[in-house]
Amino acid sequence: MTVDAPLVQMRGISKRFGGVHAVEDMNLTLYAGEVLGLLGHNGAGKSTLMKILAGAYPLDEGEITVSGSSVQISSPRDAKRVGIEAIYQTLALADNLSATANIFFGREIVNRFGMLDEARMERDAMSVVQRLNPHFQNFHAPVGSLSGGQRQAVAIARTLQFNAKIIIMDEPTAALGPHETQMVGNLIRQLKSEGIGIIMISHDLHDVFDLSDRVSVMKNGRHVWTGRVADTTKDQVLEMIILGKLPDGSYAPGVVSDFG
Amino acid sequence: MATTRTGSQGIIGRATALTGVDTRVLAMLAALVVAAIVFNVLTDGLFLSPRNLWNLAVQTSVVGIISTGMVLVIVTRNIDLSVGSLEAFLGISGAYLQLNVLHIGAPGTWWISILFVLVLGALCGAAQGAITAYLGLPSFVVTLAGLMAWRSAGWLVTRGETVTPIDETLGLFGDGSIGVLWSWIVAAAIVLIVAALIAQRRASRSRVGFANRPVWLDLALVAVLAAVVIAFAATMNAYTYPKSAVGRGIPVPVVILIVIAGVMSFVGSMTRFGRYVYGYGGNPEAAQLAGIPTKRVVMIAFAIVGALTAIGAVITTARLDAAPLSIGQLLELQVIAACVIGGTSLAGGSGSIFGAIVGATLIQTLLNGLVLLGVESAMQQIVEAMVLLAAVWFDVIYQRRRR
Repeated sequence: MTVDAPLVQMRGISKRFGGVHAVEDMNLTLYAGEVLGLLGHNGAGKSTLMKILAGAYPLDEGEITVSGSSVQISSPRDAKRVGIEAIYQTLALADNLSATANIFFGREIVNRFGMLDEARMERDAMSVVQRLNPHFQNFHAPVGSLSGGQRQAVAIARTLQFNAKIIIMDEPTAALGPHETQMVGNLIRQLKSEGIGIIMISHDLHDVFDLSDRVSVMKNGRHVWTGRVADTTKDQVLEMIILGKLPDGSYAPGVVSDFG
Repeated sequence: MATTRTGSQGIIGRATALTGVDTRVLAMLAALVVAAIVFNVLTDGLFLSPRNLWNLAVQTSVVGIISTGMVLVIVTRNIDLSVGSLEAFLGISGAYLQLNVLHIGAPGTWWISILFVLVLGALCGAAQGAITAYLGLPSFVVTLAGLMAWRSAGWLVTRGETVTPIDETLGLFGDGSIGVLWSWIVAAAIVLIVAALIAQRRASRSRVGFANRPVWLDLALVAVLAAVVIAFAATMNAYTYPKSAVGRGIPVPVVILIVIAGVMSFVGSMTRFGRYVYGYGGNPEAAQLAGIPTKRVVMIAFAIVGALTAIGAVITTARLDAAPLSIGQLLELQVIAACVIGGTSLAGGSGSIFGAIVGATLIQTLLNGLVLLGVESAMQQIVEAMVLLAAVWFDVIYQRRRR
């Protein structure tokens, strides 16, 4: 293990559902303290790839290394164990439970009698949520009654509480208004400054260019292009997403559809 | 800042905010008090007599006991329609064991047969839960099959013959009482345990530097509980044995209900398992993504209902001093109605054990009151149906207002 080993490396990842190749020979690298935008059409394989990394789907082929060591991820629990946390587009919160209960859902603190230690969990929840949003107060109300931005903060806090090193965010701003989008943007920048690696799936090129250091484009389950945001333009990225056409005018292998 | 789900308007809303008890449960408690007063007036004081309340408490126990488990099953977005039929199977199996395998009156007979039906009940429930959770069949269908099968399985045990009599010690679980002194001890224990839990909660909040609710509020809650418990014990003690001044005290089935209510409330709100049940009910996908063993959680919830049904079977057969094939008919619907009337949402994710017991008590109060008033039994079931509809309607309105 070297100091400069990437935080995450996914190599040769393939996943089939029945006869459909959802992801085919995909590579992806993520470094500490960076935001990687993962782009592609609906059905390009972004969400599948992220669910593989988060342990929601087992992979068919390929290798994943975290901080240089090879890992086996076959359940959400495995992923969490190596510091990978995912925030899904739906946020995956239990709307009937409080913010505290959601943050600790599946990893509750219990005392020596096996009883939930509500006070300790609430204290810890408070310190992590208020790191993200100092105005957040509603630790007892069911999260279903909170605003979109507050729910997003709870979902992110869920990942931070357990010292995630890698956070996957699926469309973090899709359901939010402009003010809340800005708030989530600030959150992402803050996490980045703490050395956390973030993979962000988004359709919103503006947000991606605003927040990401690098982007990876997928089409038809395959890798098209990966590079620094500073080295490309939105128009070029759009051509990659839609046509699989690389900046040099050639086409990425294996991604061109009949219509291309 | 978002507003909380329960508004601050109205007396009940404010009471909810103070006590932490669900609005619907408080409404049902109010309905219970009103029903008791109305019946008492209409029956010239017969309804609130110690004898009637003692009987009412016994009548409530079986539905109340099973409903504490049914709440968890419904919270996980499932249903168990098999409990009535399962009660018949378990009752017959237990009675058969104590009569034909063990010896009536032998020292170990009562606890061996109770242990046997408990394990058998848990296994039957776990089997239905496993088919639901691991094979992915709808619980409605799985337990409908159970409803059809278990009673017939009971028929096969004895070829339809009613098993009788029931061991004398075992019989105490049906209509025995614990006596005046023990009733006071149970009453004191309830108050002490609740007070200890409140004190423990305050201590754990102080330990992490959180403010507590005002002391007077917690003291007032304990005082109200103490008043209710003392009144209850005194009433049970006031019902004497025939031609004697010796009070009976709290009936054994009611003691069982109290213990189970306590244990199940603890499981539901203070353990990881309980948290998983509610979280899974709120969002099954989230529970799965959080790495919770959701299938095992669902299976255990069904196993708990099976074990509680076994306790119901012991009480019912002991009361009848026999195990006929007909016991437990429509029991599943009474249990489900108790849950729903007590604020459990059939959509899953919400419901309380305390509420279910309030629901069970309300149903039995109405049935008991109608019997005292001489209303024919056909009419009683119609009233029960109306109450169920009203409770579900209430839930629909409540859920809509929350959105």
